[in-house]
This record gives sequence, C-alpha cells and structure tokens, in this order.
Amino acid sequence: MGAISIRNVVKRYGSGPKANQVIHGVNAEIADGEFIVIVGPSGCGKSTLLRMVAGLEEISGGEIAIAGRVVNDIEPSERDIAMVFQNYALYPHMTVFDNMAYGLKIQKVPEGEIKARVDKAAKILQLGSFLARKPRELSGGQRQRVAMGRAIVRQPQVFLFDEPLSNLDAKLRAQTRLEIQKLHADLGVTSLFVTHDQVEAMTLAQRMIVMNAGHMEQIGTPTEVYAKPATTFVASFIGSPPMNLVTGRADGTRFSIDGHELALPAAAPRAGELIVGLRPEHAALRPAGEAGWPFRVEMIEMLGAERLVHGSVGSGAFTVRVDATLAAPQVGDSLALHPPAAQLHWFDPASGQRVE
Amino acid sequence: MVERDKVGRAISHLVLILGVAIVAFPVYLTFIASTQTSQQIVQSVPMSLQPGGHMLETYQLALFGGVNSYGSRVAPVWPMLWVSFVMAMTIALGKIAISLLSAFAFVYFRFPGRGLCFWLVFITLMLPVEVRIFPTYQVISDLGMLNSYAGLTVPLIASATATFLFRQFFLTVPDELVEAARIDGAGPMRFFKDVLVPLSMTSVAALFVIQFIYGWNQYLWPLLVTTDETRYPIVMGIKRMFAGGDAANEWNVIMATAILAMIPPAVVVLLMQKWFVKGLVDTEK
Repeated sequence: MGAISIRNVVKRYGSGPKANQVIHGVNAEIADGEFIVIVGPSGCGKSTLLRMVAGLEEISGGEIAIAGRVVNDIEPSERDIAMVFQNYALYPHMTVFDNMAYGLKIQKVPEGEIKARVDKAAKILQLGSFLARKPRELSGGQRQRVAMGRAIVRQPQVFLFDEPLSNLDAKLRAQTRLEIQKLHADLGVTSLFVTHDQVEAMTLAQRMIVMNAGHMEQIGTPTEVYAKPATTFVASFIGSPPMNLVTGRADGTRFSIDGHELALPAAAPRAGELIVGLRPEHAALRPAGEAGWPFRVEMIEMLGAERLVHGSVGSGAFTVRVDATLAAPQVGDSLALHPPAAQLHWFDPASGQRVE
Repeated sequence: MVERDKVGRAISHLVLILGVAIVAFPVYLTFIASTQTSQQIVQSVPMSLQPGGHMLETYQLALFGGVNSYGSRVAPVWPMLWVSFVMAMTIALGKIAISLLSAFAFVYFRFPGRGLCFWLVFITLMLPVEVRIFPTYQVISDLGMLNSYAGLTVPLIASATATFLFRQFFLTVPDELVEAARIDGAGPMRFFKDVLVPLSMTSVAALFVIQFIYGWNQYLWPLLVTTDETRYPIVMGIKRMFAGGDAANEWNVIMATAILAMIPPAVVVLLMQKWFVKGLVDTEK
C-alpha cells in the first residue's frame, strides 16, 4: 500500500562545480499508514525533501518509491498523493465544493461520486455549511480544513503536509493538531508532515526525521529522539529549553571544564575531549555543600508552573528547570547541581555524534 | 481626509463644479446644436443654448441618411457605427486574448529566447503606433488587407502594455496555486483556463474598457488603410462630413453624428464602471 522508500536521495540546484547541494543522501523507509514528521530549522531541506516526494522538485540523485513504485519520473498527479500547503493554496475564485471537487473533475470521476466524496469529507471536517462559500469568506482555520478536505477526497496513498499549521494562531494550531491526529487515526493513510516546530513534531509523529543542513540527523520515535539524541544538533533542537551541552575533558569519573574539576556520578564512556549533555528538567538543584557540581545562579525566569534557572557550571552556561512550588533560588546563590547518572548524554566534540 | 470646514467645502465644490462645467459644456453644446436646424445654428449668433425642436428628424437623417436642407445627399451613419463597433470589439478582445496567452507563456514556461522575446515585446511599449505606421501600412498593403476588417484591426491588436500588465498580475499568483493544480492533475492549458483566466477577470474588464475606447477612437490608421466607404469607422466619418471649400456645413447633422459616436464608449464605461475600478485597484488574490 502506501509505503514510502527514500533511497540515497540527493538534491542539487545547478550543475557542475557551481552546483549547490541542499540534500545530501537521505535514506528512510516509511511503513504503510505511518505518520512521519520531518522537523528541522528553516533551510534544512525538509520542505525540499517533501516536495521531491510530491514531485514538485526534481530528484537529482537516488530514488523515491511510493507503494513499491519508483516515482522519480512520474507526474505529481500520477503519484497517488495529496498535499496540504502552508498557505492552503485554495483556488480563490472557486467555492469550497469546487475546490475539493476540482481534482476529481479532472480525473473524470462521475458527478455523483464526486458529490458523495466531497460530502463525506465535508462531514468529517465539519465543512457542510460552508460548501457554497468562497475561500475569502472563511477564517484561516476553515481554509485549512478545506485544504485538508481537498486532500481527503482524492483518497490518496500518501498525505503530504507542508507546514500546514504555521499560519494559524496558537490556540487553533493546537486544535488542528488534534484534528489531524484524529484524521490519521480514522483514515490510516501514510502521512509525511513537515514542520519547524518541535512541539508539533513531538505530538504528531509516530516517528520523526530530524534534519539539519540537508542531512538526516536522526530518525526514530519522539521518545527515542528525546531520550537518545543521535547528535548534538538533535540534542539542542528537540526539547525546550534545549539540552545543556558543555565541552570538557573526561577521565574516568572526573570531568574538567577549563580547569574546573567536576565529579561524575558514573564513569564517562571514554577518556579525552567530550561534550556532556544534560536536559534542564533532569538536573536537580541542592543547597551548596551537598554532593554535586557547583552552580552559580545568574538569572531566573518564571513560567507559571516552573522556573528556569540560568547559571553556570565552571565556565559553561547551564539552565535548570525547577518546579515552581519549590522555594525559589536567588540570583547570586551558589548551589550544588546534581546530575543523575542515567540522564547524562555524551557526544564527540569533533563529529557531534553520540558516544555510548 | 475629509474637510469639515465650511469654506473649504465651498471652495472644493466650486472647483469641482467648474471642472465639470468645463468638461461638460462642449458636450452640451454639441447636443443642443444637434436639436436645431442648420439655419438656426448659423443665423443665431451666438448660438441659442436652449434645445431646439428638431432632434428626431436630425438624428434620423444622421443615422439613416437622406437629403439635407441644402438638397445634397447625406450618407447614413449607422454602417460607420457598425464598423467602429466591430473594430473596437475586435481590437479589445483580440488584445486581451493575445496578451493573456503571451503573458502566460512568459511567466509559466521556460523556452529558449524567453528573456529576449520579453524584452522585444517590452521595448515596443516605447514605440507609439505612429512610429511604425508606414512599415505597417506596407505590410498590410502587400498582404492585400487594405479595406478589410483584418487590415483595420490586426496591426493594432498586438499590445505590449496589456502583455506587461497580465505578466505582472501572473507573477503575483502564488506558486502554491500552480503546484496545487499540478497535484490535482491540471495541465498547463487547463490551469490557464480554470484558474488564471477567472482570476484575471477584473483586469480583463479594466483592459476591455481601455482598449475598446482605444479601438473606437482610432483615426489615423483607418484613414490610411480604408478607401472604401463601407469600411469607414465613425470617427473618420465625422471628419468627412465637413464639406470642403465654400459649401455649407450641415452642422446639426455633424453634431448629431458626434453625439452618436460618443454614446457607445460612454455606455461601455457606464456598464463596466464597477469592474473597471475593481480591476485597477483590486489587490485581493
């Protein structure tokens, strides 16, 4: 059915020595019915990858197969996909009904079936009373639903979403996220969803692909990616505030940052230059004098349920998340930061790769 | 900015009324003259500003021809109106069709020499018809198109202005719309027909008004390419009504013809006014 294979896919613009390569050999096997989120900062090539799956960008190298069929040279309309665009891309002069029906009309689907399919999609998306309206008479959220309706009526093998939520306000975004999740649960269609928002990625994905500068950094379930980031990039991109990363020199259970000696709760995986990573929510602050790393409080942010305590360990900046119900530390306090052994992540400073 | 001050309002009204009077008075004079007999016009100096009682017969004479008060024959005007109408419509619709298609090609297709073609078209913006009128005449004459509707209209149809206008409009159509259409399976011509043309309708309306009037008001070109009376447009017809030399001018008929020549463009503007303004100011995509 709707499985997608992405094999060694490369994208470059231009040719010869001046060619600008934006995607460097991405590999991914996506099972039928899976919900995959591609996440990364802007310019990382995530949209380009999606557009290559859609057929809107040529594939410069490697191949993409949908449902077992290599689609490199197949027109977008023949790929059995449907796409939802960031700015919805509704035809402004057509009614909601015509917008949804347009693709089917071109495919010469019989009139009666078009109506049945559009009505069904409209019912799923609660668009029934808007079918005769023009897109400009709809709100952003409603337009977004029409764009999804246009995708649903095609009954494709694969849904492609290109940052469909970024034009919505925060409340609507959360609501639409749930709707997309429900839709996927109901229809079970393979979905590729591109976003730069890690919260969207974490909440929607069954598996997520983290991209950076045209490279696929990691693919895995949100839990895996969060618990075991494969590179320093993933570690700092996923999670908010990002993971604390401090470079130092490890030797057994000792770790020195610019001459500040710290005791490790467990031995480092290897001796020498290493980056240690610790998530803000995993560090515990204790009164000075207790076992732990000396931590100097420099700034405190109150977020309601929790406080972010910014400070430094040795010469490295460090952020700790503290439950707001606990007593607040004061700026200038010297405390002890307790790093749980199981929560320490290690990375190679040169390659950025995880070291186990 | 709304001026609330009474004096300011009075002044602005005065200026507006003056402006309207300056523009409208010649038209009023033309109309008054067309309702009097030619003797009345010539004999009363200055001409009476009250409508005379001969409106119907003058217009009948102008439209359908006949014998005037001096005993000479007057050619009917309605065939000229028809020629002008056909000419204006062909030019307006032809320009719109050609410009839409060429702008479509420039914006959505990559073909060798695209840049060169566009600049060639663009450069012709700077050349008024009069500059190329003799070579154009030579071409039309060699093709045997003198005294035909084709000869009257074809050289005026190619339009850099309209092409440029549609190109600019197409450039503002979001790329996602093209991509959505590709995913929906619409080919280029289908996209053109189903999406681009409907979206351009307001610009088309505005251009139609401008080009209809442009076509209707053509004088120099028809003067060159027509020698057959049945192909004379009305603007030329008015000029030909002035008798040369000592012969008396039938002013009432000339004025009636002028009024008749003014009506169709005025009707087009009135009917299309809403669309016309929308086409010029609309930015909604």
